[in-house]
Amino acid sequence: MLLDVSRLDVNYGRTRAVKQVSLSVREGEIVTVLGANGAGKTSLLRGLQGAVRPAGGKILFDGTDLTQAPPSARVRNGMMLVPEGRQIFVSMTVHENLLMGSYMRADADVSRDMEAIYDRFPNLAERRNMKASVLSGGEQQMLAIGRALVGRPRLIMLDEPSLGLSPLFVGKLFELILELNKSGISILLVEQNTTMALEVASRGYVLELGSAVLEDDAAALSNNTALTEAYLGGGHGPAAGGTHAHA
Amino acid sequence: MSGYWAGILSILAINIVFAYGIFLPVATGQLNLGGAGFQALGAYAAAYASASFGLPVYVTIPLAALLAGAIGALIAFPILRTRGVYLVLATFAFAEVVAGSILNSETLGGAMGLSVPAFIDWQIPVAVAVLVSLFVFYLMSTRFGLTMRAAHDDEVVTDLMGVNIRKTQVTAFGLGAALAGLAGGLYAHTFSFVEIQGFNAVVSIYVLLYVLLGGTQTAWGPIVGATFFTMLPEVLRETLPTVKQTLATLVGITEPVAPPDESWRLVILGVLTVLMMAFRPEGLITRTMMERLQFRRSPSRAAAEVSA
Repeated sequence: MLLDVSRLDVNYGRTRAVKQVSLSVREGEIVTVLGANGAGKTSLLRGLQGAVRPAGGKILFDGTDLTQAPPSARVRNGMMLVPEGRQIFVSMTVHENLLMGSYMRADADVSRDMEAIYDRFPNLAERRNMKASVLSGGEQQMLAIGRALVGRPRLIMLDEPSLGLSPLFVGKLFELILELNKSGISILLVEQNTTMALEVASRGYVLELGSAVLEDDAAALSNNTALTEAYLGGGHGPAAGGTHAHA
Repeated sequence: MSGYWAGILSILAINIVFAYGIFLPVATGQLNLGGAGFQALGAYAAAYASASFGLPVYVTIPLAALLAGAIGALIAFPILRTRGVYLVLATFAFAEVVAGSILNSETLGGAMGLSVPAFIDWQIPVAVAVLVSLFVFYLMSTRFGLTMRAAHDDEVVTDLMGVNIRKTQVTAFGLGAALAGLAGGLYAHTFSFVEIQGFNAVVSIYVLLYVLLGGTQTAWGPIVGATFFTMLPEVLRETLPTVKQTLATLVGITEPVAPPDESWRLVILGVLTVLMMAFRPEGLITRTMMERLQFRRSPSRAAAEVSA
């Protein structure tokens, strides 16, 4: 087991945003976490990456207990979070953004890995000396993912990566997720685009009001229309206005 | 060199060092409106050490930087827990506490001030300003400089990358306080006299303006901002009477008119500040601008930097 989370509690201010959530990611697996707005998905990821110290439970990464460790220890062990909303460093260049991703690395191969990122994302290579704020939404998401990749993660956690992207780019994004996974990186994917997420994932969890209410194979979750509709309000993500039915 | 120009050069050098003291926290995303407080700490440390113990300037000036830096790093821990406008208020309040304490201290001369026996000519402030500028340029090119700018853009994500964000902020704040103290030490020995009224809130506001209007993205900003604001009153001193005389001639008054009131310089300064904030909120000197200049000069060197 690469990531083994048991009975995790995460507080958001005074409210408990994540309650007793247990989940796991095996080496080489894509696992998705689904749920409507406010289900606690982002809080779960923040707890996993250590931006918020969990209030209870246990996080084991490759056997190491990282529950109370700072983000630096998690990055060093190979966990990387791509935060929601394409949070890149806007006043810094594309290249400098990537450099920040390598912050915890002490080895000399960083520049070779950077070139590999540029090979993968030619758009970023062209704009490497431009301010990141001039990139399009899709390019900013590629930069956020590239920045995580420079850290040589074993597990990438993606928080709503398809949010606000054009349909064309969403397709490219999910292809990229599959490619990364083939290259050996395990993926924890938090998404509102349920259909796409279940297509690439092997297993999925459904969060509701901070608790994990369902866990199954991705295929089974896809077919379980009654349940997914009840918890996710339809299977088409936020664009379809699915969350309204739930609220 | 005439005494007038030597004086201007000294003030300019001191202001540049002072501006870098505020630039470091601001470039890390922390507005510091307590500049005068740190400068006062440095100035009084140097003045006291020189007047009471007869220490030479090569001891008192580093001492000024060390003391202000140490106090800056100490208060950085509680003060950097505040954010945004609250941080501005906290740093401002700190400067008021320093001023109040010195005003009520008989040892430090209270409202009378302190005489400083050892005098330095313009060469020392200028040499220090050059060294400090080189140091900040170097610092901004290091990994630490990159981290500072990342913290400025987004603290949360910088933290996610594994950066110890608090250490970065406290270091930048403490180093900045040390530079402001250094500027204070130079000030004390240049003017041979310190009084606490010389380190009031307006001083804190001005030095922050040097930085904000000069630009916070590159180390060029504080040099340009401090130079602009130090030289502007001097330039206006020469040109304003001429302007008034010309205007008077235009409306038909031929006899010489009295030179305009000093306060007009402040009005012009204020108007320029508002215009700058409106049209160039990122400051006069931006990274994009510096990069364009560099590319024009030597594209090969810029390319070499990229691959490095």
